[in-house]
Amino acid sequence: MDQIQQTLLEQIAGLHELPAGAYNIRANGKSAARNTTANIDIITKEDKQGIDIKIKDNTKKESVHIPVILSQTGLTEMVYNDFYIGDNCDVTIVAGCGIHNSGSQESRHDGIHSFFIGKNSHVKYVEKHYGSGDGNGENVMNPTTIVHVGEGSFMEMETVQIRGIDSTKRTTTCDLEKDAKLVITERLMTHGKQYAESDFQVDLNGENSSTNLISRAVAKEDSRQLFVAKINGNNKCAGHSECDAIIMDNAKISAIPEITANHLDAALIHEAAIGKIAGEQIIKLMTLGLTEAEAEEQIVNGFLK
Amino acid sequence: MLELRDLSFEVTPENGAKKEIIRNINLTIEDHSLTAITGPNGGGKSTLAKLIMGIEKPTGGQILYNGQDITNLSVTDRAKFGISFAFQQPVRFKGIKVKDLITLASGTKLSTVDACEYLSKVGLCARDYINRDVDASLSGGELKRIEIATIIARNTPLSVFDEPEAGIDLWSFNNLIKVFEDMKSARENSLIIISHQERILNIADNIIVIADGKVKEQGAAKNLLPHLLSGTGGCKFYQ
Repeated sequence: MDQIQQTLLEQIAGLHELPAGAYNIRANGKSAARNTTANIDIITKEDKQGIDIKIKDNTKKESVHIPVILSQTGLTEMVYNDFYIGDNCDVTIVAGCGIHNSGSQESRHDGIHSFFIGKNSHVKYVEKHYGSGDGNGENVMNPTTIVHVGEGSFMEMETVQIRGIDSTKRTTTCDLEKDAKLVITERLMTHGKQYAESDFQVDLNGENSSTNLISRAVAKEDSRQLFVAKINGNNKCAGHSECDAIIMDNAKISAIPEITANHLDAALIHEAAIGKIAGEQIIKLMTLGLTEAEAEEQIVNGFLK
Repeated sequence: MLELRDLSFEVTPENGAKKEIIRNINLTIEDHSLTAITGPNGGGKSTLAKLIMGIEKPTGGQILYNGQDITNLSVTDRAKFGISFAFQQPVRFKGIKVKDLITLASGTKLSTVDACEYLSKVGLCARDYINRDVDASLSGGELKRIEIATIIARNTPLSVFDEPEAGIDLWSFNNLIKVFEDMKSARENSLIIISHQERILNIADNIIVIADGKVKEQGAAKNLLPHLLSGTGGCKFYQ
């Protein structure tokens, strides 16, 4: 693995070396390294690009890392990763994609991740996207995440896209069974002429299922963002979505929250707020000796932390 | 030493007539002193404080700090020059922690223990607060005390407090007086405190009364205070 690939790996997965536990590192369209454990198996798909990750019942305190890196300009790929998580598990899954494009052609990674979570399991899923490169070629990522949360299970999903991705369309579709819980935290920053779209749909099908979708976004310069959050309450359930965005320069942001109650005992709330950085916040930090630019940076970093 | 020379500030509301908020104020604030600025609401006290910090720009006159004209300096430059400002209504931030704010204020890397010490000084049980966001989850009183802790952490030669007592409960107020007394007895820095509170006026070296944008009275607290409080049972400008 070369220096560029190592940097990408560090950015998206915080990895300086091969991780403990199960992992599969995909570099420029090929599997570069893999490790399985007694409880976690990783199998290459035969009919299409991608892998199946199978986690046995009662697997506790284990992790799976499946980073993808692209450093070859003009490479486009569509990858299917399916996660089968058994009952009574407690696992952390770290995915992410880093693209370094120093050429003039578009580099593109479209990943479709499907999660099939059994009963009473806890899954923490972290996904980071990062792009770099000095060429004119665009870095494009279109991740799709499909989540089935089984009875009594809890899925925590954290997604981060802070820099370097020119265009992204993120689609997340989830359904929840009885007593299942889903918390999604999205952090997104766009700059330049970037475009980012985030589209969530959550079906609260089971009794006492609940979800909380939280999006924090910053759009700078000429970038554009679209945030769509749909929650359908199909049973006695609780749903909450919150989009909080800072707009700067000439950026444009749209937030479209939608909640539908198909059951008398569905309690659904949506909140969306878009605004520029409050002038008084900048002034307060300037009274502590920061310049206006430093104050802005501090506010944005804190907001996205 | 801070010197205000012929300082004026006027605003022109849309479709309205010019309004003078500060009218030709001349003042000198000596080093190592505690000066209380008092006077009726709407008299121009907070505006004067903002002019000193550079948050508002004067429409006339000069501000000199240690002999240097700082009238056209930015808020940042004045902060770096050693002036601090405690807001009457402290600002809230999503995602900035109490510890982050105190660290920014101190200008050095602080350990949790150091940051906690500043919070303890303003009567907050530090461990409960240090990792909380400076956001809407804090009450007005808690926020106000954190604001004062940031000023203590800055430890600059001149600090301006805009109504530090506003929104603070009685117990914290006693604590606050102690904080100001300690700062005063150290005699290292100068304090300007805008206040309506008799107990703050009581610990001041000097008192300046601002009304209608002008200095109405000024002098040593021991000379001015009896007359300010006479007959009314409280500060007459507070009535």
